[in-house]
Amino acid sequence: MKKLILTIIAVGALYERPARSQTASTALEKVEIQAIHVQGNVHMLVGAGGNITVQAGIEGLLLVDTQYEQLAPKIVAAIRRLSDKPLFWIINTALDADHVSGNDALPKLANAGIRQNVRIIAHENVLNRMAAAPRGAEPIVPDKLWPNDEYYLPQKDFSFNGEAVVVYHMPAAHTDGDSIVFFRSSNVLSVGDIFTPGRYPVIDLQNGGTVQGLITALNRILQITVPLKYQEGGTYVIPGHGRICDEADVVEYRDMVTIIRDRVQDLIKKGMTLEQVKAARPTRDYDPEYGGPNDAFLEAVYRSLSIKK
Amino acid sequence: MNPIKRGRIIIFFAVLALAAAPAFAQIDFSGEWAPLYHEDAPERGPGPELADYLELPINDAARMRADSWEADRISVVQEYQCRPHAADYALRGLGNIRIWREIDTATQRLIAVHMHFLAWDSERTIWMDGRSHPGEYAPHTWQGFSTGVWEGNMLTVTTTHLKANYLRRNGVPRSEQATLTEHWTRHADWLTIVSVIEDPVFLTEPLVRSDNWYLDPGQAIGVFGCEPAPEVPAPEGTVPHWLPGTNPNLREFANWYGLPFEATRGGAETLYPEYRAKLRDYKPPEKCERYCACTTLIGPGCNVPPPRPQQR
Repeated sequence: MKKLILTIIAVGALYERPARSQTASTALEKVEIQAIHVQGNVHMLVGAGGNITVQAGIEGLLLVDTQYEQLAPKIVAAIRRLSDKPLFWIINTALDADHVSGNDALPKLANAGIRQNVRIIAHENVLNRMAAAPRGAEPIVPDKLWPNDEYYLPQKDFSFNGEAVVVYHMPAAHTDGDSIVFFRSSNVLSVGDIFTPGRYPVIDLQNGGTVQGLITALNRILQITVPLKYQEGGTYVIPGHGRICDEADVVEYRDMVTIIRDRVQDLIKKGMTLEQVKAARPTRDYDPEYGGPNDAFLEAVYRSLSIKK
Repeated sequence: MNPIKRGRIIIFFAVLALAAAPAFAQIDFSGEWAPLYHEDAPERGPGPELADYLELPINDAARMRADSWEADRISVVQEYQCRPHAADYALRGLGNIRIWREIDTATQRLIAVHMHFLAWDSERTIWMDGRSHPGEYAPHTWQGFSTGVWEGNMLTVTTTHLKANYLRRNGVPRSEQATLTEHWTRHADWLTIVSVIEDPVFLTEPLVRSDNWYLDPGQAIGVFGCEPAPEVPAPEGTVPHWLPGTNPNLREFANWYGLPFEATRGGAETLYPEYRAKLRDYKPPEKCERYCACTTLIGPGCNVPPPRPQQR
């Protein structure tokens, strides 16, 4: 029961902030949506919140993540410059508000005037955490944002627009419901917040994330990506936030998380408390590259490694 | 001849002269160029010693990152095995290059200058057609995105969108936020490129280096070829590195060459003559023991077995 309540608080906190903050709404009004062709059928939309991946082809549209509800008109306008086809699929990489808050508004706007249901795929842990509620109370995440096509096996695959789309579950990484999506013919991998170049990862312990799971997921990404030549190009990677990347960029990031994990583990072995670990500043050579000192990240690594197995 | 006719003739020849001359000062850098290693030879040939940060205006973060670098990484981690030098370091080593121009046939304008490097078959394009650099969400590459402008007879090249790489191939990092500015000059059969790296992440001031080549029309650049393969058995995801305070090799370079350890740690202060005043107690070794008379990297004076490191 205690675990359930913690989960509800954690998930709820993700959704309260954008919905209730007047400042955030005003900021979103100024956001422009930028569409960038990645490779093959796949484009990346950048606005506020997580990157959106668009697969556009002869059958229709598939989106990975949906940013914020308030941005839906601008997102649809950007998508319509790529394709006039209906929206068929949405895949959520995790449960974060900046990745799923457009789950309801985007299908309605994109498919206005036509009868086309949209399937929203996510790992079942995303649905479970969104739907969690104390007995008799309303779920904190409104059900209109929930996935309606959850999966529970290690992967789910299907074909759309003439290419294989493979959804892999990455257990206990950023959260316990992370998915990455591989567009096999386009050779593009969309990975959500497991990989955020230029900023430290968010390891969401309350929603099942762990540092070891994150490293395992980054290594799994490296298994899937294949460079074209001399560690460049080939499989492109769309991160949860930030620019278009390839395998070499993920290697840099994996190395950073692995090295910081090892450093914190070493300090824990020496008997240091969290405050002592923070004072030792084991991330100081990475801070200028990843947005400055980040206590939340360091604390998540420490607590993740301190959990008794 | 009446003045009007004379004037027309002058204009005709003036136009003819302008048509034959390039619109801007343009030197042709095309050709096969062989590198000269008289500058920084030990670093550029056999490779830099571990913990040699001399002449690098690095900050504390760069120094700590370099101290944690473990050379095993380039063999244990397969993704490092065929990783090329980025544009800024490609000029330093295995620097045989081919340069050619791309001319628009309709306008005879210079569109781009292309480079092919022996090392990793790397190819680089310097756009001369006035195009702008890509946006912040575009991919970064090892060679980055380069544009050039003429400053008199000098070609000045600006490169952005570089992948993160190294300032020196002993683990001293260079971030993907760095900008590379190059100044190309040609004196007959000699090419000099002065490069300036500005990195807000790891440098406290610009890093300036120069590299030279001679024209070698008989040069034949072969295929580089590289295939990653597991060389050392290691668990998946292994990233060799030294934990802070555990790297045993940090004094090796200073000891081998009889240098003050503090100077080998780099930093902007160590670049300037005033720094010598801080080394008043320093006594250079009586006898040079490593790469002492080494100018060609082959033959007498080179590859001297290192003396036994003295740990302090």
